[in-house]
Order: sequence, then C-alpha cells, then structure tokens
Amino acid sequence: MKPKQYLLWMAAAAAVSISFSACRPKGAGSAVSGNAAQRTYVPPGQYDEFYNFVSGGFSGQMSVYGLPSGRLFRVIPVFSVDPEKAWGYSEETKPMLMTSHGFVPWDDLHHIESSFTDGMPDGKWMFANSNNTPRLARIDLTTYRTAEIIEIPNTGGNHCSPFTTENSEYVIAATRFSVPPDGPQGDVPISSYKQNFKGHISFVSVDKETGEFNIAFQLKTPGLNFDLSSAGKGVSNGWLFLSCYNSEQAHTLLEVNASQNDKDFILAINWKKAEEYFKAGKGTKQTNVRYAHNKYNEHTHSATHEIKTEVTVLDVADFEDLAYLIPCPKSPHGTDVNPTGEYIVGSGKLAALIPVFSFDKIQKAIAAGDFESERYDGIPVIKYESALHGEVEKPGLGPLHTEFDDKGNAYTSFFVSSEVVKWNVEKLEVLDRQPTYYSVGHLMVAGGNSKKPYGKYLVAYNKITKDRFLPTGPELCHAAQLFDISGDKMELLLDFPTIGEPHYAQAIPADVIKDRSLKIYDINANNHPFKANGEGDARVERDGNIVRVYMTTIRSHLTPDVIEGIRQGDEVYFHITNIEQDWDMPHGFAIKGAGNSELLIMPGETQTLKWVPDRVGIFPFYCTDFCSALHQEMSGYVRVSPKGSNVALTSYAGNK
Amino acid sequence: MNNRHRIISLHRAILIISGVALLAVIALPIWRIELDAAQYPEGLELLIYSYKLDGHVDIINGLNHYIGMKTLRADDFIEFTVLPYLIGIYGLAFIVVGFLGKRKGLYILFAAFLLFGVVSMVDFWRWLYEYGHDLDPTAPIKVPGMAYQPPLIGFKQLLNFGAFSIPAIGGWIFIASGVLLAYCVFGEWRIAKTWAKS
Repeated sequence: MKPKQYLLWMAAAAAVSISFSACRPKGAGSAVSGNAAQRTYVPPGQYDEFYNFVSGGFSGQMSVYGLPSGRLFRVIPVFSVDPEKAWGYSEETKPMLMTSHGFVPWDDLHHIESSFTDGMPDGKWMFANSNNTPRLARIDLTTYRTAEIIEIPNTGGNHCSPFTTENSEYVIAATRFSVPPDGPQGDVPISSYKQNFKGHISFVSVDKETGEFNIAFQLKTPGLNFDLSSAGKGVSNGWLFLSCYNSEQAHTLLEVNASQNDKDFILAINWKKAEEYFKAGKGTKQTNVRYAHNKYNEHTHSATHEIKTEVTVLDVADFEDLAYLIPCPKSPHGTDVNPTGEYIVGSGKLAALIPVFSFDKIQKAIAAGDFESERYDGIPVIKYESALHGEVEKPGLGPLHTEFDDKGNAYTSFFVSSEVVKWNVEKLEVLDRQPTYYSVGHLMVAGGNSKKPYGKYLVAYNKITKDRFLPTGPELCHAAQLFDISGDKMELLLDFPTIGEPHYAQAIPADVIKDRSLKIYDINANNHPFKANGEGDARVERDGNIVRVYMTTIRSHLTPDVIEGIRQGDEVYFHITNIEQDWDMPHGFAIKGAGNSELLIMPGETQTLKWVPDRVGIFPFYCTDFCSALHQEMSGYVRVSPKGSNVALTSYAGNK
Repeated sequence: MNNRHRIISLHRAILIISGVALLAVIALPIWRIELDAAQYPEGLELLIYSYKLDGHVDIINGLNHYIGMKTLRADDFIEFTVLPYLIGIYGLAFIVVGFLGKRKGLYILFAAFLLFGVVSMVDFWRWLYEYGHDLDPTAPIKVPGMAYQPPLIGFKQLLNFGAFSIPAIGGWIFIASGVLLAYCVFGEWRIAKTWAKS
C-alpha cells in the first residue's frame, strides 16, 4: 500500500469513528439554562421564598431547606437519636423514643405531610411516619421540634402514611407488610399468609387545637401490602385511595411472586362512612394490643410516655359500602389525587402506561353495581374500564409518584428511565420530559398535594448521585434537583445534596409560617419540676446515691461551677436551666466521661443530663455552644471522691 | 381694666391642650436609648418612663455585666416615685393657668417649667454619667480610659455597641409643651407691651 493510500484509509477510519461517537446521545448532565444561577441565588441576608420540609429516610430525621437556594437550615430529630440536640439522650426526650418494644433509637422516616385546613397547608404541623417500628410523629412548626409520637398496632411497617384528609381530621397509617393481628395468636406458619395475615389501616384523629393524636379506629383488610395513599379532596372529600401491591398474597421472593398479576389494586375507602359505623359502635374493641403514645410538653420541657392497650377495629368485609377495589396495573406505588379531587392517578412501578381514574365514574360504577363477577376476599372489585378516565401512553419506565401544578398538569417521576414527565391530566398528553440525575424517587411540586398548588417549583429527590458531586468514598449523598415549572418546559436550576434518603417532602411559602417561629421559651412559663429559679436557686441536693444539680446558665458562667462531695457511682442529674431570655442564645453542657451526649438548652428551657462518675478525680464541665466572648471561661469542676467518702456536699460560683 | 391682665383665648386653649397632653406623658415613654451591634441586628431598646424602665432591660443588664456596669433597677431611682407626681402637677398647672387666664400666672408657670426641664436634664445626665463611669474594677472587660456614658441626645459608639439616645413620644410632648408655652409667653409679652403704650 502506498503511503498516500495508507493516509487516505486512516482519514476515512477516523471520520467513521468520529461520526459514530457523534450518534451517541449526549449526556445532558450539565444542561442548565443560562440564568439558573440568578434564579436560585438568594443574596446573603435575604430569605428564601419557600420552606422545604424534607424527609430524611434512613437517617430518621426531617430536614428544613430553603427554596430556591437549597440551603439547609435545620435537621429536626424525629425517630432517631441526635447527640447534637440531645434527642433521646437528655432525660426529658428519652420517653419520646419509647415504644412497646422499649427504647428504639432509630427508624426510617419516609414521608412528610402538612397539616391541612380546607385542603391547604395551614402551617401548624408536619406529620411523619416511620417505616420500621410503625409510628406516626407530629412536628410543631413554632418550635421546630417533634411534639408527639404514637405507635401503630396490628401493623408491620407503616409505609402508607402519614397522608391526611382535607382538614387533617385523620392522618392515615397503613401497613406495608400485612401481618397477623397483634397478640399471641400471631404464632403461625409464615406459609399460612393467605389465611392468617391481615392488613390494617389506622385512622389517627388530630385535635384541631392541640394537634393531639388518637387512634380513632382501624380498618381490617385482606393481606395486601399498602404502599401509598392520598385522601380525596373537593368533590372526592370523604374518600381515601390506597395503592396495594402483592395482590398475589405471596410470602416469599416477592420480587417474583408478587409481580405475577397483571393488575393489582387501588383500594377506595369511604372514610366518612367508616367514621359513621365507628361512631355507631359497629367496631370491635381489641384489647390485646400494646402501643406507645409519647407527648412532649412545652411547659414542663419534658416528654411523657404511656402504653395504650385498646383499639377499635372494623373489618371492611363486614360492610357492603365501605371499601372497593379498583384494578390498577402493575404493582402500583403512588396513588395521587389531583387538586379538584376528580382524578386519581395510579403509578404502576412495572406498568408501561399511567391509568387515570375518575371519581365520578367510580361513583357511577358503585351505584350501578358495575363489579367483576368475583369479589376479592369479600371486597367488590370495580371493573377497570368503568373507573377509568383514560391512560397516558408511553409516559416512561417505572412510574412512581405524581404531583400537580395550578394549571391542570401532572408531573410523574420515573425511576427506571430517570426522568420527570409533565402531562395534562384532562387530555392525558405528555407535554415535556426532563432527565434527573439519577433515578428519581419521590418528587414534590410546591403545594402539589393541595387544592391550590403554588406551582413554580418542582423538586426531584434522587436515589443515585454517582458523578454529580465530588466523590466521598463508596457512600455517596442522595440529592434533590430543583426545576422551575412556571413555563411550558421544565427547567433544571439546581442540584443539592440531602440528609439521609429523602422520600416525600412539603414546601410552604415562607410568609405563611415564618413569623410564627418561636424565639425563646418564657422562663416564667417554665414548669419543669427541676427548674432552678434564677441563680439564687441554684444548688446541689443529695438523696441516697442520687444527686441533683440545679444549675443555671447565662453569659458567661454556669452556677454553680464548683461542686464537691460527689462520690464514685453516684447517679448525678444535671438539671440545667438557661435563664437567658434573648433570641439565639442557647448554652450547651457537657461533662467528661458522660456516657451520653451534650445538652443544648434554649433560652428559658430546662434540660437534664445523667452522669455516673466511674472514677475518683476532678471532672471539668463546660458550655459547648460558643455563646459569647467569654465562652471559653464558661466552665466548672466536679470533685469525685471514693464511695463512702465524707467530703461535704458543697457548691458555689464566684468567691464565697 | 380686667382685660389688661387676661390671656387671649388662643393661648388659653393652647395651655389647656398642653396640660392634658402633659398628663398623658405620665403613661408614655419619655426617653429612648437604642443600642445596636453586629450580634443584635434587630437592635436593643431601653425605654425610660416617668415611673419605670422598659424595653430589653434584662438583656442590656446581662451585657453590661461584662464591663462592670451596675445593674439597672427601677428601685434605685427615687425619680420614678416623684416624677409622675411632678408631671401631674405641671399638667394641672397648665390647665389651671389656662382656665384662670392670668398673665402673671403664665409667666410664673413658664419660669417653673423651664427650671423643671433644666433640672430634669441635669439629673438625667448625672445618672448617665454615674452608670457610665462607676464600673466594677473586677469586670471581665476593662478598656483603659474607656467610659460607657451614653449620650444625652445623639449617637455615640461604645465598644461594639452604637448608642443612640433620643426623646420618645412623651419627651417630644414635653418639648412641644415647652415650646408652645414659650410661644404663649412671647405673644402675651407683646400684648402686654401694647397695653402699656396705650
């Protein structure tokens, strides 16, 4: 071959290989619009437009971000201990994590939902569910703390929760794992699933003023797995829609065995009817249950824990007009009701289309008795076509969740094809699709589950981040991605890492709630039984081997800061009252060798750290929160003497 | 003959209205000291009433202990017992002079009110001086030569705090009453001169 020919061949080969790689679709990894930075930039000292309350998944906590900046403001401990905030470590907060199984220091917090008034977030509370040891929590939006946790009996994992009705009359808790009801009769072969395993859907009432939970009643259902739910609103107020998978009632290798049926179900419940039956005394009292009910009191600054032993159960199969099943392809995950309440969107994880059901058609089918010939474990099954408004064709792969905007559009997340798809609810037409990085799970439109969505922003919560951020070893962050949805096309604006694994989230306009945020606790309203009423009341008292230190903190000293007469093995309780009444002036407390955490005490609050000295010597303690110019001086000493020592119990601050 | 020594109706009306306004001063803040620092973007405020201190008194006391300033306590000020009565007496005096309408009474009231104003301001300055200078020698923060006397009126930087001192609503009423009183006195003095010529 002549050199000239050789060169020609080389050039041809290069041209071909270049054009091949040009055919390959471009990764749109950094495709953001030109002024995205400007639209997410909140200048220093200025406020975000929205609060974003984001679940922390396996971290067990809830985080609070600002939108559109993606700045993290606070992580609120809910179901997991948090040594930073002494949650589960201080004597006052330990009861919050008590369950019928004893103290449980961790859980998997899945979803966040606002309290609603007339179908709109009212900014009073956020509700959260735990997926492992089934519980429900209420977080107060004045203190930004968990105010209440209630355990859910007869339940395997409380995944299908904490979705609420239009006026938060009830928060729903439904089991992901059907199990035999609580009690000794639960000792059955697992292979007897179909005979013995039951689902339970709890209706937890919420006091309109105090927010206090009470399990009003439970509905017993066939042994389905409840995944997610959405209460009716507007025209469908009074109904509840739950997605169910494992209609096969498989008990092993669910990956295969629970994926056999072409269609599983959406369960439609007339909850107003259920409430009527409950109030008419049609339920059965079950008294072999044990569940914890824990409440935090803002005035005693302490939590109480009690075990309850009774719940009222109604079996849906005993009533003709309580529950109806609607076939839904295939292993549905999200079931979401649009703002008017007319349309119910089922997202079958393995389905190639999205069915949209019509509430009006469902009602007509029920009235006409338009059911399949066979009931499913006693529950009527509405014919698929009779309930269907229509199907969205070829929307994407692996639909999970749907949220809505204020213009009649829906946004569905697709895990497998890793994208968010916008479509019109009425016309069932796909309008836009944008990739997510990567594998979006939940998504949230601001107010997207309310009667009047705020729209404007959509956040996709992604499970996989791979190459999106600087690598940090095998364990990488999950992430949120902010889209502007105010135009025809969704525009990616921002990526930000999240705490734990974000599942569902809520966004509320800052103006609705920011002015209700508490600044200090009123020291005069502090009814803690071990409060030190000013520095003059600071003291140390011994009762047997229990020593109580009534200590105060104020810039920049602890009173007392010299304590003698403590003996090795004593049970020492440091009851610390922060007597500051100034905003953003917490003090901390830590002592060498303590087998728990620090305390962070807010102005006007009393918190308690238990300490059992294990050796003789001098133990320094100090304020852990850099509070003032003389913070480093804010410290003291405890002298620990041997057991049986006759060193007198004394304490003081300043020269006596 | 009688008219020669009587005040014109406009001035009498001004006196009565000022008197009523002065009575209201008893319940209103008279002076305001505003403090701000990097850590207090929202500002701290000390409000001085005729009978009490108000505003962020506890927080200001908490901060003052660093420089060894004495704790501000309402009980330490005899003024808070006397001042409401004095203001009350002056308010009534304005009203009485207004009703009686004697020019001589007006002149006496003016002299007395002027004296009251001067003595009050001197007394106020004396307290500011005392709190600003009488510092605990064991205080954590000692800056050689530094005193912490807030300004009587106007702005002054005291370490990290900017102090701004101005009359509050009650103070402004007090000042306005004095100015109006002076205006009446001036007017009456000219009327009296005209009478003297005729």
